[in-house]
Amino acid sequence: MMCRRGVLIAAMVMAFGTAHAGVLPEDRADILYHLYDGGGVEIDGPSILVRKQVGKSLSFVGNYYVDMVTSASIDVITTASPYTEERKQWSMGMDYLRGNTTMRVGYTSSEESDYDASTYNFSVSQDMFGALTTLTLSYALGDDIVRKSGDDAFEKDLDKQIYGVGLTQILTKNLIATLNFETMTDEGYLNNPYRTVRYFDASDLLGRGYSYEEELYPNTRTSNALGMRARYFLPYRAAIEGEYRYFTDTWDIESHTASLTYIHPWRDFTFTGKFRYHDQTGAHFYSDLFPRSQATNFRGRDKELSPLTSYTFKLKAAYEFLNENEGWGFLKKGSVTASIDMLHVDFHDFSDLTALAPIGEEPLYKLDADVYQIFFSFWY
Amino acid sequence: MQKYCLAIGRIFLPLLVIGGLSGCGNVEPWVKPYERDRLADPIMALDGDPVSTAYLQHVYEAREGARGGEGAVGGGCGCN
Repeated sequence: MMCRRGVLIAAMVMAFGTAHAGVLPEDRADILYHLYDGGGVEIDGPSILVRKQVGKSLSFVGNYYVDMVTSASIDVITTASPYTEERKQWSMGMDYLRGNTTMRVGYTSSEESDYDASTYNFSVSQDMFGALTTLTLSYALGDDIVRKSGDDAFEKDLDKQIYGVGLTQILTKNLIATLNFETMTDEGYLNNPYRTVRYFDASDLLGRGYSYEEELYPNTRTSNALGMRARYFLPYRAAIEGEYRYFTDTWDIESHTASLTYIHPWRDFTFTGKFRYHDQTGAHFYSDLFPRSQATNFRGRDKELSPLTSYTFKLKAAYEFLNENEGWGFLKKGSVTASIDMLHVDFHDFSDLTALAPIGEEPLYKLDADVYQIFFSFWY
Repeated sequence: MQKYCLAIGRIFLPLLVIGGLSGCGNVEPWVKPYERDRLADPIMALDGDPVSTAYLQHVYEAREGARGGEGAVGGGCGCN
């Protein structure tokens, strides 16, 4: 349940990659180990991707991904018990190239002990204007089942759909830009069945002044996201990239996300530094402390739906140990990459209840997390 | 059932649009194919590490309230 958010988007990225309409993606294999460590949560596991062209028109891709979760997050330690769980995800996809058009289909299956997700993807990309422009249209359908540990009778459906349009444009011989728009709709059970909200309760037997009750979300959510990105080749063989995304949804969450990336190759190494900024408003039914039990029609205290600002600083180094002039048998190229993303989140309306301060005087919660990745890539 | 019919309609309409636009291929490219060596440099690849990109998007989706719009549906560079 911990990892359900983001499965659909991640699945689409995995199945589609970045579209190159007039040419099939390169044959490659990646073996990645990831570790997320922060806020009392540790998630690690492998991700393995293999892509292979068959004939001149077809390319197949498969991915196996695992999240092994050990969680004693602030939500868990204030209202429940620490837990461990595992999520396994399989993806497969196929690209079909015909002229300047590439069609893609993909399927992803994700399984947890209390959450199953199936996603079907389809996209079509078209090169235009001498391959200066690539237009991509995509659709994804997610069919999820939400369960609850300890309650065998609990089973809820959640349907998701994503409509996307993407445009990539070569602007000059040094500059390329992309524009992406996505509409996502969710319909079904959007709650987390384990999470609770907090409300004033003067009669609380524990003397805290508040009690908990189950959260209750709307059954639908529609969001729109517009992202733009530009990468520029600097005069001394380095690149700089700027990215911005505007997001809004029917839960009244509005966000701005921006990042700046610098890429610098040196001999067989490539170094990357990135800074990312994200700021969002909270959902209309979010409250850190409701005035009474069942105070509103919908209620939630998911800190990710609260107003927050996050900052990420990334450092990445890649070493190419095998280049196209050497080659090992059928292998053309190989590289190893290591990266760390340091994430800091300031929550503007989510109290840190572990501070055990009097009600209304609790400090705001802050999250620090490090995300480590190491992966080997081979091209053949 | 109705929503799936609508979804299918929403897919085929854009396909017709794409089909129409593909007829516009006679526009003279202002960056010639032989001028795209810098764009073809690996440091200009918009998604050189697809596994890593997908993983990090998953992390952000789990830690923030926003989602999508970051190129999952992509577009390419057309520079090969």
